[in-house]
Order: sequence, then C-alpha cells, then structure tokens
Amino acid sequence: MFFYDIYTVFWRDWLVLHRRMTKFILSRMVTPILYLVAFGWGLGRGIKMNGGSYLDFIVPGIMALNAMNISFNSVASPLNMMRLYHKSFEEYLIAPVSSAAFVIGKILAGALRGLLSCAVIFILAHLFGATLIINIGFLLVLTLVCTLFAAMGVVAAMVIDSHEDMGNFSTYFLLPMSFLCATFFAIDNLPVGLRWVIEVLPLTHATYALRILGAGGDIPWLPVVILSAYTIALTGVGIWTLVHCRD
Amino acid sequence: MIVIDGLVKKFGERTVVDKLSLHIEQGETFGLLGPNGAGKTTTIRILTMLTGATAGTITINGWKLSENDLEIKHTIGVVPQHLNLDVDLTARENLDLHGRLHHMPCEERNKRIDELLEYVELTDRCQDMVQKFSGGMKRRLMIARALLHSPQILFLDEPTVGLDPQVRRRLWDLVRRLNGDGITVLLTTHYIEEAENLCKRVAILDKGKLIALNSPVELCQRLGEYVVEWNETGVTEYRFFSNRSEASSFAGGLSVDTVIRRSNLEDVFVELTGRKVAG
Repeated sequence: MFFYDIYTVFWRDWLVLHRRMTKFILSRMVTPILYLVAFGWGLGRGIKMNGGSYLDFIVPGIMALNAMNISFNSVASPLNMMRLYHKSFEEYLIAPVSSAAFVIGKILAGALRGLLSCAVIFILAHLFGATLIINIGFLLVLTLVCTLFAAMGVVAAMVIDSHEDMGNFSTYFLLPMSFLCATFFAIDNLPVGLRWVIEVLPLTHATYALRILGAGGDIPWLPVVILSAYTIALTGVGIWTLVHCRD
Repeated sequence: MIVIDGLVKKFGERTVVDKLSLHIEQGETFGLLGPNGAGKTTTIRILTMLTGATAGTITINGWKLSENDLEIKHTIGVVPQHLNLDVDLTARENLDLHGRLHHMPCEERNKRIDELLEYVELTDRCQDMVQKFSGGMKRRLMIARALLHSPQILFLDEPTVGLDPQVRRRLWDLVRRLNGDGITVLLTTHYIEEAENLCKRVAILDKGKLIALNSPVELCQRLGEYVVEWNETGVTEYRFFSNRSEASSFAGGLSVDTVIRRSNLEDVFVELTGRKVAG
C-alpha cells in the first residue's frame, strides 16, 4: 500500500496540474524569457565565458535556478495553504496513509512541475541560439535537483506558520541563492569567505553539475553526492515534521 | 465502542481537557455539549488523531489509540468543524481522493461515490469545483466524504455551525438516517436544540471537565420538567417544577408577567455552571 499511497498523493497533484497545464506552461515562460533577453542577448552579448558564449554559460544556471524556484514553490505554497488556510491537509492526517508516503508523493509532484518548466526553458534556450547537450546524466541530475528543492518545499511548508513568513523564506534564502550560486558568473573571483558559504549551498552544486553535463562532460560525482545528501536529509526532515505535526 | 479513560490535554500550562472519562456504546448517537472553549473540539481532535493527548488512554473498537492508529483510521469518518474540502478539485474528485486514500478498490469506490452523491443530493453538481458550492452543499459533501469508506464511527464536530435553519434540519435528518443504519455518531455542538433532537446521551463539558452525563430527557427531569421564568428587577429569574400544574400555580401567585415552558439542556448547563452555553 505504501507505493499506492505515494501514487494517490501524486495523482491528486497531477489532476490539478493537468487541469491548468496551459496556464502553467505559459506562466513558466515569462521569467526565463526575461533572463535570456536580459543576460543572454543584452548584458551577455560579446562576453565569452570559458571559451564559449555567455548564453551557453548561463542556460544551465537558469535551468538550475528555475528547477529550484518551481519545484520549491509548487510544493511549499500549496501545502502551506492546505495546512494553514484550507485545512484540507487534515484529510491526509486522518487517512490511513503513512507520513513518508505523503511526503514522497508531494516531492514527486513538485519535481514533475520543476522538470516540465525546465523543458520549457530548454526549448526557449534553443530558440535563443544556445547549445546545450541533454543526455541521461543531465536529466538524472536535473531530476535530482528538482527533487531536492521539492523536499525543501515540504519542510518549509510544514515548519513555517504564516504566509508572510513563506514569502520571507523566499526573500532571504531562495533569492540570494538565485544570484550568488554561480548562476550568472563564476564565483572564483569572490572573497574566500563568501565563496565557502556559496559552495555550501545546494544550488551552486546544481549549477556546477548541469553546466558540466550541458557542455558534454562526464557526470561530476562530487556535486551529485552533495545534492543526493541534501535530498535525503530534506526528505527525512520532511517526514519527521509530518510525524510530529500533531500538537 | 469508544472508551475514554482519564483523558487530559494541556497546551502549556492551560488544561483544555481535564481527566475526561466516557464510554460510548456501539450504534449510539452521543453528544458533547458545552460552550466555546469547553474542550469538545480538542476531544474530537484527539479521538481522530489530529492532536496528541497529554495523558489518558483511548480505545476505539477494541484498538488502542497511538498503538493501532492505521487500523482505527479505517473504521472512522470525520466531519470537522471547518470546511476542509480540497478547493482545487471537483466534488467527485474530492470523494475519489478520499476513497483512494482509504484504499478502496476502483469499482467499489465509484459505486459508493454514486450512492453517496445521491444520498446527499449532489449528483447533478458532482463535476463542479467545490469552491462554487454553498456552505450547506460543502457540509453535505463533507459528510458524504466521511461516509465513503463505510466507517463504523462518525465524528461530527459542530456539524451545523453557520448553516441556516432549513439546511440544519436536513442535516439532522441525515444524521438520524446514518444512526438508523447502525453507525455510531459522536457529535459536538453548542446548539441545545441539536443535542436534544439527535443525541441518545449527552456529556456536558465546561472548562474541559465533565459536569453531567445522561440522556437529555433525564438531565432535564432531574432539574424539573417545567420552568417558570419572570423578570421583576431587570434580571430574569426562574424556578423549576416537576409538573405543569405546580408551575402554573406558582406563576399565578406572581404579580408580573411569567413564561411557563419545558426545561431544556440550556437550563441544566446554567444550573450547573451559573453561565449560559452560548457564553
């Protein structure tokens, strides 16, 4: 029944996504187009990074930060609303479904949204003239990144007790990561202390891994191991918060 | 059958449920009556595993709570006080999700969904998003959802709060039908009329403590079946009598306007606590 419960939780989110698919895809196009125009065509025209175009440099980073934002927000906001406002979260607490099945189902649903939005970016990036190699390794790492941030979304939704603080979490945590974690520039020239902090953050490793794989390189195991460790830890914390959410 | 023994719930230093012990028989409609803050909803939340108890033991259908939670969850249905339907789904999808979460096979699930939509008179609206529903329709759908997996015990937390009198009475009829089908019903309410109309026995709670437990009729009879009310000094005064003739005779001796009526659970509560239920 464990896998059936995971499927049920995933099925509910798929039903909602399927109903809003057109809106979802259209809305997911806005931010990447802005990034591609501003940093790819505008600011980045004529800039060379690692011997290639700046556009090719930033596309994996934009995919990583998009995977982060979409996977996180696809889980965090709706689950937080379900828990605090709509109270429909109680339906799952009353049902004979394990906490682990609920958390994994939600993470998979969030990861799916993240992957779909990355597919939109991939198509847009090619239209803008970027060259990005997509292979099995790239897709697996991208799935891992989406899973990691969906798990972070579960944790945030379960521990944060107001909608305002959910917004603050994005402002103080996700937004700085978007700009600092090697997305738009190489971090080698930053002060050592700041570089250490940035290298602890998961988005940095997501960007590193996708950039190497997108350029046709081999799987970079260190970032993959770090991303996997984050994913396992956040999933575990998510399950723990659900088990202990009964006051 | 539900057996509650010495149940205590504290939030910090504040005791919300204080050594509550109850036996609720199979097939009974049992009411928890009391004012806001009496501990009714907290008791239901503990029984439905939404909140943990500080102390005490609970056994539901022979299974001990906190040891056999999954088994208990298969046998209970819950209609909470607040509307908690999934607003992103249609009425039918809400029921489908509930059936899947309770591991009902597809064929049985669909058959039961059709039956219950008919039962709560929502068949023609089953494909509509629930956010378009009125409060009464949402409440009926929540009852259908709670019944979908054929629970033996139904918990109703303030089932008619915020509903207009007509819808309230329709829900009462529904609860009577359910009880007639053999389902044990435990409901909380602060509506006196609701408890009197639906419950075989009521437990009156005040500040988390059980202050009376019996059938509504016996609780009223113990007080006096008739009450005379009068207002002489700006404060309503009253006296209880065992029969109407004694009440009439007393009222005749007063020099102000009087009302003679049957006593009710509100009177019982006021006598026991000195306060009104609604307060």
